[in-house]
Amino acid sequence: MGVLELAKGMGVTLGKLFTKPVTVSYPEQRASIKPRFRGRHVLTRHPGTGLEKCIGCSLCAAACPAYAIYVEAAENDPAHPTSPGERYASVYEINMLRCIFCGMCEEACPTGAVVMGNEFEMADYRYRDFVYAKEDMLVGVDGSIPQRREAARKHQAVRTGFKVEGGPRAELEGVKYPT
Amino acid sequence: MPDTAWWLDLLWTVVKGVLVAFGLLTTFAYMTLVERRLLARMQIRWGPNRVGPLGLLQPLADAVKSIFKEDLRITKADQLVYTLAPLIAITCALTAFGGIPAGPAGSFFGLDPWVYKLDVGVIGLLAITSMGVYGIFLGGWASGSKYPLLGGLRSAAQIISYELGMGLSILGILMLVGSASFQSIVGWQANNGWLIIFQLFAFATFLVSSFAEVNRTPFDLPEAEQELVAGYLTEYSAIKWALFQMAEYVNMITASALMSTLFFGGYKGPVFLEGVIPGISNWPFIWLILKIAFFLFVFIWVRATLPRLRYDQLMRFGWKLIFPLALTNTIVTGFYLTYFRSAGLWPLALLGLIGFVLLVVLSDRARKLWNTPTHRPDAERPAATRPLGGD
Repeated sequence: MGVLELAKGMGVTLGKLFTKPVTVSYPEQRASIKPRFRGRHVLTRHPGTGLEKCIGCSLCAAACPAYAIYVEAAENDPAHPTSPGERYASVYEINMLRCIFCGMCEEACPTGAVVMGNEFEMADYRYRDFVYAKEDMLVGVDGSIPQRREAARKHQAVRTGFKVEGGPRAELEGVKYPT
Repeated sequence: MPDTAWWLDLLWTVVKGVLVAFGLLTTFAYMTLVERRLLARMQIRWGPNRVGPLGLLQPLADAVKSIFKEDLRITKADQLVYTLAPLIAITCALTAFGGIPAGPAGSFFGLDPWVYKLDVGVIGLLAITSMGVYGIFLGGWASGSKYPLLGGLRSAAQIISYELGMGLSILGILMLVGSASFQSIVGWQANNGWLIIFQLFAFATFLVSSFAEVNRTPFDLPEAEQELVAGYLTEYSAIKWALFQMAEYVNMITASALMSTLFFGGYKGPVFLEGVIPGISNWPFIWLILKIAFFLFVFIWVRATLPRLRYDQLMRFGWKLIFPLALTNTIVTGFYLTYFRSAGLWPLALLGLIGFVLLVVLSDRARKLWNTPTHRPDAERPAATRPLGGD
């Protein structure tokens, strides 16, 4: 490697100085992620009736390698059922600090109720704010707990900082992510 | 300034000194930002752009942070020397810059645009900057920890080794000009043309050794984080760390100013602009600052490109390549000036050019001098008398 090669290398860096950076300025620009990216869980509903798919069977909790899921089941009120089965999940909590986002719950679920979504912006200050309850994960709830808190404070809609290439997966019925 | 009271002289000198220190420290602060931005752009990133518009307040944030950070007291450190070391480094760095003239005499509102004037200007500057190595060396020693010690040792050995090449590169200039004061050197260049024309070869060796002198990539071994954590800076935190960093950058600015003054006409601007605006080539500050900025850019550019040398390569490179080449240049220049002075200076420029081209062309061949492989082939290795892997 002589001086000429050094000069060639210097030329490369000088040339790169005048190219446009490839950086995605993340909070302002949306980061692009793939549809199969495993993010925060979504509890889906039946498309026609709007009933929750979850029947409170706790198979997801059994399959979870990190013991992050807690389910309590209750009998459905026949007049106003929450889910189409006999029972429904009266309590459904996932501790996002324990969760390793492996997707085993999704595989174990017999009704396809719990599905891995694409959201990942869940950073927060207190441990208790990482335990996501059913009402934090049902379809139609946009954003994580801190994002919704911030949106409520500013009286704005939740803005997620990512976009999904080609839109969300088919399993995420009714979920809308920016594309 | 004729017939003014001595205390007035003193006052103005102090004011100029403060101005120079202030200017250098501001330049240092923004140098860190400019460097990070430029490095980022060369790596196709944006770099720091969060604090203030275009990240322009980043140096301010860094300064606030390093002042209010906890100043660690190292149990095993020699407290006095440990505290003194960054002060030595920054004092020497700042003092060295004061001797460089930024304009013709009396051009700074009737004052001379330099803080002090020595007849041995170049030599004095080299002496002061070499004192700066004490800061690094003592800091490394006083930290009471092994990596800083190694870093300090490396730094001392490296700076002493390259000092020789640097000094010898300058000797040619001193012989040509016949004076070591910056003012004479700039004056000579105004009459005869920039010294880089006549001393191109010396400039090449000077450039390389000044990179080594200021501990910059590819010679930043004292701070080789893969080997030495952070070298002599390892045990330093907060403002002491910032002072070391400051000293390094100020040394870089001084090296740039030295190169501009010695080889690129110093504070004199291009003469052809005189036709457009009369007197423009004698404007103080502007030309020197432009030239310094260019060399600072080169420092950053090289940092973005070249990887670090290994330590033995660095030593071999200094002693077996830079030192003999600079010595040859000194001898050739001296020989020429003794016997062929009457032939004018242009043959000397031609000689320098030929030498430079030869250096570029033969650089690949000369590499063996400073880059011999440490791994010997099996044939040369003595036969193993015992089974490998323990008895």
